[in-house]
Amino acid sequence: MNQTAEAVSQRPRSGVAAIAVFAVAIAAVSLFTLSYGQVVLGLDRVFEVFYSPASDPVATQIIQNLRLPRVVTGLIAGAALGVSGVLMQALFRNPMADAWSLGLLAGGQLGVALIVTAAAFAGPVAISFLTAFQGVGLTTGALIGVAVFAAMMVTLSRRVGTITLLVVGLMLGFTVQGLVSIVTHFANRIGGRVYSGWNDGTFASTTFGDLTFMLPPIVVGLVIAIASAKGLSSLMLGEAYARSLGTNVQRLRWQTLAAVVLLVAPVTAYCGPITFIGLIVPHFARAIARTSLILPLIPLAALAGGLLAIAADAVVHLPWEQHFLHLNMILAVIGAPVVIVLLLFSPLMKGNT
Amino acid sequence: MLELKALTSGYHGTRGVVVEPVSLTLHGGDFVCVIGRNGAGKSTLMRTISGLQPPISGAAALEGRSIPEMSAQERAQAISVITTDRVSSPGLLARDVIELGRQPYTNWRGQLTSEDRDIVREATHRAGADELSPKPFDSLSDGERQRVMIARALAQTSKVMVLDEITAFLDLPGRVEVMALLRRHASSFGKVVLLSSHDLELSLELAGQLWVVHDGRLSFGDSDELISNGVIERVFDNEDVCFDPSRRRFAMIQGSQAAAD
Repeated sequence: MNQTAEAVSQRPRSGVAAIAVFAVAIAAVSLFTLSYGQVVLGLDRVFEVFYSPASDPVATQIIQNLRLPRVVTGLIAGAALGVSGVLMQALFRNPMADAWSLGLLAGGQLGVALIVTAAAFAGPVAISFLTAFQGVGLTTGALIGVAVFAAMMVTLSRRVGTITLLVVGLMLGFTVQGLVSIVTHFANRIGGRVYSGWNDGTFASTTFGDLTFMLPPIVVGLVIAIASAKGLSSLMLGEAYARSLGTNVQRLRWQTLAAVVLLVAPVTAYCGPITFIGLIVPHFARAIARTSLILPLIPLAALAGGLLAIAADAVVHLPWEQHFLHLNMILAVIGAPVVIVLLLFSPLMKGNT
Repeated sequence: MLELKALTSGYHGTRGVVVEPVSLTLHGGDFVCVIGRNGAGKSTLMRTISGLQPPISGAAALEGRSIPEMSAQERAQAISVITTDRVSSPGLLARDVIELGRQPYTNWRGQLTSEDRDIVREATHRAGADELSPKPFDSLSDGERQRVMIARALAQTSKVMVLDEITAFLDLPGRVEVMALLRRHASSFGKVVLLSSHDLELSLELAGQLWVVHDGRLSFGDSDELISNGVIERVFDNEDVCFDPSRRRFAMIQGSQAAAD
């Protein structure tokens, strides 16, 4: 009995400790990114900017317009992707599911590409309209694209196994990548900022103005995610048991999918396809929380996702001689081996292939 | 307590009606064993009673409330279910699974109160799952998993418990133990327990009431009635086995192909 009581109290404690560690690590990486880069600012100049921005205009310029938006975008995007991964893996009952691996990000990219292209071919009025309402336009395009691809994958998941679904999702990603390149090739008259980061994820092209469009859907998605956690935990026993425990499984499915779409679409619209975060972060969260019940995973996945995102971004933006590093390359170097290890050794994959 | 009013179970479409209209009433304390040949429709009937699938016509009602009309949560508080589905839940401890049985009562976070914890501890103990509780659910044997699922159903503190072929994975002592446990649960707490089983002799021995599903019909009564009016023999006898009413046992027919082997 004593042992059991101990184990019960251990779990929340390890969660709280992990949250503290994540907070410290996020603060450290953020400060590093703010102070270090092509122009090296000391920590004292970083703090100076926060206390009296007028005294150091150069540092203020660099931090407020470049580095701070990048760090904040990275944290938000990483958190959104991490949480969406937890939801996807519970919903599909598939440890390899996430918005990127199942092609939802590709859907978002395609949605954005089609909206921009449609505007480009419709003429200058449409372009100026899109430029004026860029935030709304891009997010809407991504929302529609992600939602359509999500519905497709849900339908497909009833007919094929875990690995087939994964391969189909990744192939959708390649297909869309190709389509987008072709579309860009023919529609490059509007070019410019709208296209930045389409074939590679980046947190560097988001301004604070963009964040006002990016953040609200993500916050709503996060609230729905938290509200779905209890039902998703019961779904771990399978659909029949979830229903017998009082979960409205049909509603839960739609609700969770809506949360995923709201979390993922804004990230795709503003940062492009960010790979691997949503796929591997839930596994870290489960290992730290030592459970796969959903609710305790959500804060851990959000923090781990944010940390992974800004850490990878920090590596990309070190003052290299040449700028060839891309965010997704760094994420692939970390993420792909993790996925391989999971595929080969994780008990989650047993009997799943 | 549990009333079936011309309840017809089955599927819309090609499979159609599986079990024809049944009308009967069960009371608190009733321990019912549901028997029948493979594919006779036991599972369909039990899924319909537990509200996991809608009836074709008629109704099942618990204390006057129609089960299909209950909200999901209300139904979960009223009826607990153990199915034949083999559950695999990596990352859950046996205790987590048992605690999920409290979900119909917990708040939106699924947080357990100290009362919930007491109920879980009590249910775990009664199912004999104390030792299993801290172990990963997926590391347990089939029989141990079954025990944990029973603890989970007990923790759900429902008025009706519906169990579909849950003794299939257990050895004989395990089966007797589980069935005795469920019978005790019914009689000492005034619950209705509905258990389908392929274990005919044990069911004849232990059931307060027997339901025999055969040819789309349900016959019910206590074991003496069903034996004396020949239902058991009619349903289960074939060229190799026959039921011996005097010994209440099945016996191989001498000279049959099976006996010759």
